[in-house]
This record gives sequence, C-alpha cells and structure tokens, in this order.
Amino acid sequence: MPKEINTTPATGAINRLIQEFSKLPGIGPKSAQRITYYLLRSGQDQAVALADAISLLKQEVKLCSVCCNVSESDPCPICQNVSRDRAMVCIVEQPQDVVAMEHTAVFRGLYHILHGAISPTEGVGADNIRIKELLARLQGDSIKEVILATNTNMEGEQTAMYLSRLIIPLGIKVTRLARGLPFGTELEYADDFTLSRAIEGRQDFSG
Amino acid sequence: MSESRTYQTEAVILKKTKLREADLILTMYTPEFGKIQGVAKGVRKTKSRMAGHLELLTHSQISLTRGRNLDTITASQTVNSFMPLKSDLWLSSCALYCTELVNQFAEENLEDERVFRLLLETLKQLCDAPNKELVLHYYELHLLIEVGYGPQLRECVICHAPLTPVVNYFCAPVGGMVCPNCAAAQIGVHPLSINAQKVLRFFQDAGWEKANHLKIDADLCHEIERVMNIYLEYLLERNVKSADWLRSLREMRLKPVAVPPPRPLSSAPPATPTETIP
Repeated sequence: MPKEINTTPATGAINRLIQEFSKLPGIGPKSAQRITYYLLRSGQDQAVALADAISLLKQEVKLCSVCCNVSESDPCPICQNVSRDRAMVCIVEQPQDVVAMEHTAVFRGLYHILHGAISPTEGVGADNIRIKELLARLQGDSIKEVILATNTNMEGEQTAMYLSRLIIPLGIKVTRLARGLPFGTELEYADDFTLSRAIEGRQDFSG
Repeated sequence: MSESRTYQTEAVILKKTKLREADLILTMYTPEFGKIQGVAKGVRKTKSRMAGHLELLTHSQISLTRGRNLDTITASQTVNSFMPLKSDLWLSSCALYCTELVNQFAEENLEDERVFRLLLETLKQLCDAPNKELVLHYYELHLLIEVGYGPQLRECVICHAPLTPVVNYFCAPVGGMVCPNCAAAQIGVHPLSINAQKVLRFFQDAGWEKANHLKIDADLCHEIERVMNIYLEYLLERNVKSADWLRSLREMRLKPVAVPPPRPLSSAPPATPTETIP
C-alpha cells in the first residue's frame, strides 16, 4: 500500500504525478517525489518524451497472435523471421525471458509466452495462463519439439510437469532446460535438488 | 524470544512474495516461533547461494537477523528438500495444499511445535505413504484439531446423544456431527455415510502408522474430501485456492487429456490487435 504523502505545499499536478509514480513496482513515496521534482526541474523535452513513450507503449504494443509475445507487429518479428527453425518451440513464462534467451543467440527456434506460471496457492491455474493458445498451436504436425524453459522454482516446475502431461500425448518431443549448477558458483552452496540434478545430468568431458 | 540480533531456527517454507528487484518475502513455519515472515535478499538471481535452500516445500535450517519491520534471512541450509514431492505434479500440488492450509490457519508468531511436526510428518508421508489422498485427509483433520477446530464426531453436537450407526449429518456451523433428529432444524447439513464417519473417527485416534494401513475406495474418499472441504471453507470463510487445483488434477487423471479440435485453416481466427496485455 502506497502511503499517503503529506505534500501540503505541492500543487495538484505535482501530487498527482507523485501518486502515479508511487503505484509503480519498487517505487516508494520518497522515490516518487524525487522523480517528480526531477522532471519538474528538467527541460520540457524530457518530460514530453517520457509522456509520449508511456502513451505509445499502450497504443503500439500488442500480443503476437502466434506466440503471445509482446510486439509492435502481429505476428512478431521472431514469428515472421523465415530463417528460424519452425519445428522447435521454446516455452517461457514471460516476455523478459525471451530477451534473455535471445541474448544467448544459441536458440534459433520459435517461442511461446505463457504470461505466468501455475501457482495453486495463488489461485493461478491452467486457465489463467496461455496454455490454450499453445495447445491450439501444437495442432498439426509442423512442431516437432517443445522446450520447457519455465523457471526452475516450484511454480515453473509445476507448469513444466503439467505441460508435459498435455503435450506428450500429442506425439511431440518434450524437453526441459538442463538443471544444474549455474556458471560462476561454488559447489558448497548448492542445494540438494540442484546438485542431484547436476549429477544426473553430468556430461562427457572427454570430447 | 531472546533479544540477540540474530537467531536460528528450523523452518518449512510456505509462501513466497516478490519484493523489489530480486528479493522475496518468505512465509515460513517454525517450531519455536510458529508462522513467521522473513526477507531473503537476492534469491531471485540465478547465482543466489540461498535460493535452492529456500524454495517452497523445503525444510531448512535458517539464520535470521532482526530488522525494524521484517527480519532478514542471512543463511540457509536444507535439512530435507523432499525431492519426490518436487518431481511429481500431483504430489507437489498435494504438498502445496498442505502448506496453504497451515498458512491460512496459523497466526503469525504464535508458537505451536505440534503443528510444525504435523506439517513435517505430512510432507514425509506424502513422499512415502501408499495412499496420498488419505494423507491429505488425515492432515486436514489433525491440523483442525491442533488449531482448535477439531470436529465433534462421536456425539450429536445439539442433543449430546451418542451417535448411532446410521447416516448422520455433518454441520459445519456447529462444528461436528448432528443426529438425524436434530439435523432437520439445522441449516447447512451434509449427510455422511456410516463408513465415512468411521474413517474420520479412526483418523482422529490413530497415528500415521495405522492410518496408512487403511484401505478405502474412491467413492468413500471423495465423500470425505467433500465434507472436509466444506468444513475448511466454512472456517476460513473463503475457498482454498489449491483445493480447486487439486480437483482439476483429479479430473485430469480420471479422463484422457482433452485436446482442442484442430483449427480449420480456411476460418483461422483473425488477429486480435486490441487484446490487452496482462
């Protein structure tokens, strides 16, 4: 809950912007105030540019009808790209995950964005995320492999297990991102679950 | 509570809430302090040393530092990660249901070591016991007993006459069974078969060892599930979210997976550019 801020000397417009900023995630009343006064001092151009960027965001960005990613075009650039492997679909929880995957430049297939993960205790079930769209997409025989790239926490694991149960009967190969030790970590801090997966998934090192 | 700046405790992780960039507020159940909350810093980053030890359904030894509002978790080490629970959809859902219940019923900072032991034992039983449904119902009943809502199953709550072996009625508002005579005057009564009454009474007295040897059929199990759900939701005054999920998984196990009919190519639905982004 954003706290009520006592800004008696401030005018209505300033108050309004502070209130709006403090609704944003991670921005408390003090940060909201600081940003507002910064904008007030900065040039007209900067404030207008920010306002434009925000209003454009909601006008221009929509969901790709194929992969459910956020995009300014429909289908999105990745789905339109003919050089990508159309037989592989990588399933991720949120659009930010696509950015991370694309940064590696290793994966050349397509994506599907679920916009969430199954979380029984939060009341997020299979109908609340974009599983229906995924299943519709898997009809037909163009997709040969589905890569489950949901997070490796409880919600992501549950989502992956649920999806595999739905997709395997369709005769499509289902794979899960390898689970093991992240690069740059120390073994002594690894938890049992990670370490046991890392042992199970060990790889030949002779090659 | 001692006044030193840091303290250690065992804990089972019940719930996670996102905080700031990479932090979490964890809700945990501990033997010494009951249900507590703590901030785990940086655990949403890939390289966090604590993340794996603070995942839901994990039994960990944790160290906390007192803070002004919330205490901060400074170290954690897994005691039991309940691996079988985490690699099975049905089992992990059952376990999450158990943690949701204890999270709903437990008051913060109210010590109850028996609830902690019950929760821990239930998670163990979910890994090992032959019939997981029975584990759930045993847990539900005993959790209610521990938090003071144990239902009266041996005599009529209204007239106090011992129940006879007939179909009697469960009445959530009065907290137990009522005989057929008194049931007529009550609202919200649910008939309970003789066998279901026997199972619940048996669970009330039996330990895990005996309870696990019980063999009951699916219909009886369903009857018990229904009546426990009615009682739990009456007490909580809201629906248990993970119970809905368990129900949908049960249905999924009974029937083959529903596959949507293939889309005819000619009448592919047009793109909907106005769709809102969640």
